[in-house]
Amino acid sequence: MQQIPVSLLTLVAGVIITLFSLWVGQHHSLLPIQASEQAPLVDGFFNIMVTIATALFVVVEGTILIFLVKFRHRKGDDTDGSPIEGNLPLEVFWTAIPTIIVLGLGIYSVDVFGRMGGLEVGGNSHTPVHVAQMPGSAIAATLSDPSGMESEMAVPANDPDIGIGAGANEKGQRADLVVDVTGMQFAWIFNYPDSGVTAGELHVPVGTDVQLNLSATDVIHSFWVPQFRLKQDAIPGIPTKLRFVATKVGTYPVVCTELCGGYHGSMRSQVVVHTPEEYESWLAENRIAQQPEGLKQAVAVNPAELSKSEFLAPYAQKIGVVNSH
Amino acid sequence: MTLEIPQNQPPGSESTSVVVTESTHHHQAWKWYHYFTFNVDHKVIGIQYLVTAFVFYLIGGLMAIAMRAELATPDADLLDPNLYNAFMTNHGTIMIFLWIVPSAIGGFGNFLVPLMVGARDMAFPKLNAIAFWLNPPAGLLVLASFFFGGSQSGWTAYPPLSLVTAPIAQSMWILAIVLVGTSSILGSLNFVITILFMKVPSMKWDQIPLFCWAILATSVLALLSTPVLAAGLVLLLFDLNFGTSFFKPDAGGNVVIYQHLFWFYSHPAVYLMILPIFGIMSEVIPVHARKPIFGYKAIAYSSLAICLVGLFVWVHHMFTSGTPGWMRMFFTISTLIVAVPTGVKIFGWVATLWGGKIRFTSAMLFAVGLLSMFVMGGLSGVTMGTAPFDVHVHDTYYVVAHFHYVLFGGSVFGIYAGIYHWFPKMTGRMMNETLGRIHFILTFIGTNLTFLPMHELGLQGMPRRVAMYDAQFTHLNEICTIGAYILGLSVIPFTINVLWSWVAGKKAGDNPWNALTLEWTTSSPPLVENWEVLPVVTHGPYDYGVNDRGSKIQSIAANS
Ligand code: HEM
Ligand SMILES: [Cu+2]
Ligand SMILES: [Cu+2]
Repeated sequence: MQQIPVSLLTLVAGVIITLFSLWVGQHHSLLPIQASEQAPLVDGFFNIMVTIATALFVVVEGTILIFLVKFRHRKGDDTDGSPIEGNLPLEVFWTAIPTIIVLGLGIYSVDVFGRMGGLEVGGNSHTPVHVAQMPGSAIAATLSDPSGMESEMAVPANDPDIGIGAGANEKGQRADLVVDVTGMQFAWIFNYPDSGVTAGELHVPVGTDVQLNLSATDVIHSFWVPQFRLKQDAIPGIPTKLRFVATKVGTYPVVCTELCGGYHGSMRSQVVVHTPEEYESWLAENRIAQQPEGLKQAVAVNPAELSKSEFLAPYAQKIGVVNSH
Repeated sequence: MTLEIPQNQPPGSESTSVVVTESTHHHQAWKWYHYFTFNVDHKVIGIQYLVTAFVFYLIGGLMAIAMRAELATPDADLLDPNLYNAFMTNHGTIMIFLWIVPSAIGGFGNFLVPLMVGARDMAFPKLNAIAFWLNPPAGLLVLASFFFGGSQSGWTAYPPLSLVTAPIAQSMWILAIVLVGTSSILGSLNFVITILFMKVPSMKWDQIPLFCWAILATSVLALLSTPVLAAGLVLLLFDLNFGTSFFKPDAGGNVVIYQHLFWFYSHPAVYLMILPIFGIMSEVIPVHARKPIFGYKAIAYSSLAICLVGLFVWVHHMFTSGTPGWMRMFFTISTLIVAVPTGVKIFGWVATLWGGKIRFTSAMLFAVGLLSMFVMGGLSGVTMGTAPFDVHVHDTYYVVAHFHYVLFGGSVFGIYAGIYHWFPKMTGRMMNETLGRIHFILTFIGTNLTFLPMHELGLQGMPRRVAMYDAQFTHLNEICTIGAYILGLSVIPFTINVLWSWVAGKKAGDNPWNALTLEWTTSSPPLVENWEVLPVVTHGPYDYGVNDRGSKIQSIAANS
């Protein structure tokens, strides 16, 4: 068989494809804006993969198209093609190149993941893990017994070992702000153990090292903020954590990505990234508003009726709103 | 295109096995009603598998169309969200367990493997029939579960969700999967024995068609992984019905263990779906490009490599659940490595086109269509294999886009290619090429329109398995839905083509494509025991262009 063709034409094509791929890698604008310290890391990695993928895509699909045209059967020609069965250098070449690419990507992804805090989870605490497990219907327990909720949900922040933790820089330091996040069908409840505030939305100050301690009361949920590029399952019985620094003031969606029942799609909330001052005033407002009295009358629903998902869906959302205002 | 191989079968010659009846030409081996009985002939069983699977494909497809219709708008205004989840779950279940696996392995595997290795039947014909007949009740269980609400926890059936929604339907779902799993174990055993021990003695190991290597790798994989799934599901069944608490978190159970058990099977399961399709590709492309397959050994070994490495990648489905850091890294690397043998196959097929005389038959169009779509699915697969990026896109529409490129582009296209290629062998009649082209064009456009925009949806923030979504995603979803309707339409020319051609298509002759593998040496449709006398292999299965191929395949008396 022929040598791997190295003509001027191929060279030019190679240069054009390379430039094109590099351009696509930087300008694809497929991702939403970046709002956490992890986001640029993930995006940088993704851009490289887009560059490589574009080049491979153009080369392979282009080759297929060219071959289809060039080697199409012509009328009246009933002979067979040339009996080429293999070419060792070529096969070594196209085995080696992908191997190098994927090993490179593998090593790079270990690096990125380490810097995101995906490798060094836990390790800075030896507190025995306590799971905030509430038997029976989660919402019933939470709402009918606010004092019980205090004692259960305001457990001093346990440090789960699983999830996305501190990156290399913050490793070994406690986060500045710890929030206990409980996923339940079909709402997220955010509890600030240091200030006793409970909310249906997450509020964090910009530039602060935040640790979320995730738990779930009924089924698995998954906490995702697309603009943070971060996601972590909230698993019943296994505490997990997610640590991040928000870098841009704004309001971003919090999405549940693990199928958690009929209204999974409606399990949406928001994370509000405040300036530090705004955050302080939000906190102060909510400290006052959330006396046990206020909570009791705000949610005067008979929990016995709340077992069906149909009932839960609208209420769960209301709870969040009621608590935070 | 209908060149006939010279038929030089010495009439009336004897072989050691039972020799069958009169003429080899267009001998109608079985009557139509035999296909509805407990028949033990591998060809009947193969067609039983294919037809049953296609019926389920239509049912699963209707569910998909209903889902896409629901998703045309952001609100859950067409289907009740619980019903949506039941459709979503059973669509996935049907497409995987009752369409791709039974048609690719059960259908093509049963019909072709004995013919390709020169055997008269599978090693255990009765077992083979039993394996098939486990499928219809499984399908009925899945469909009947809708009367009990339908299982709603996705085809992954993660507890605790699967323990709290529609328990009766969920139990039926588990039983159905255990039935198809059992079927798959029995079938796999049969394939391994048949391929290893029943090939004609004259066939050397490097003359075994690549489809058979693929089925061998698939079967080994199924034997190793299916029991683990069965174990996980049986534990789940116990939790559901008998008060155990393996996966009940409030009683000390661990929900993540289930995910390990599940994915230990179900990741290899995607190779179970794709490897036989790779086998079909390796048969279809050389014939219609009139070229030997490029890198026979590389393609055969890469099947085995995929099978082996595929057993060690399952945790890439669990990067966001309870997985320790080191595990994420190990499984990132092993996942990425699977891309290498897969790439070797792709490059091999592309190189097979080089210097060929490519005929754009419907079979070839679907094969090349597969090639081009699989590149896309493979590339997005590599991106998701890396833990840091997977954290962003896991359980989003990006994943839905990826696996439909692989499963629709990579599997359904292959099954279609296989049907257009072997239909003449199975029925003795040709399919209509014009309808075939219309079918291809609609399918190709529909698939890309449906699934390409989903990449962007996932990256931007749309989670999967939702009946309602944020209004910002409306436009892209509309495009997906239109694509799905086109896909729905695309089935019509195909169905007409199959039904019409089966009854009244042009007579095919024994070897309409002038192919070199053994199945083309017998009549179309093949005799009850495949050959009057067993064929003797004198050359490789892909020796196109080598010497005068026309006289290559001969059936001469095995005992002469
Ligand atoms: C008409 C073509 C098809 C359309 C329009 C379609 C559409 C869909 C949709 C809308 C979903 C729900 C996605 C989600 O929310 O997670 C889905 C899920 C799925 N589809 Fe398809 N699909 C089609 C064909 C196929 C085929 C041929 C397969 C082959 C195996 C397949 C396998 C699956 C699987 C495994 C799931 C996941 C189910 C789950 O998450 O439990 N689909 N499909
Ligand atoms: Cu949820
Ligand atoms: Cu959810």
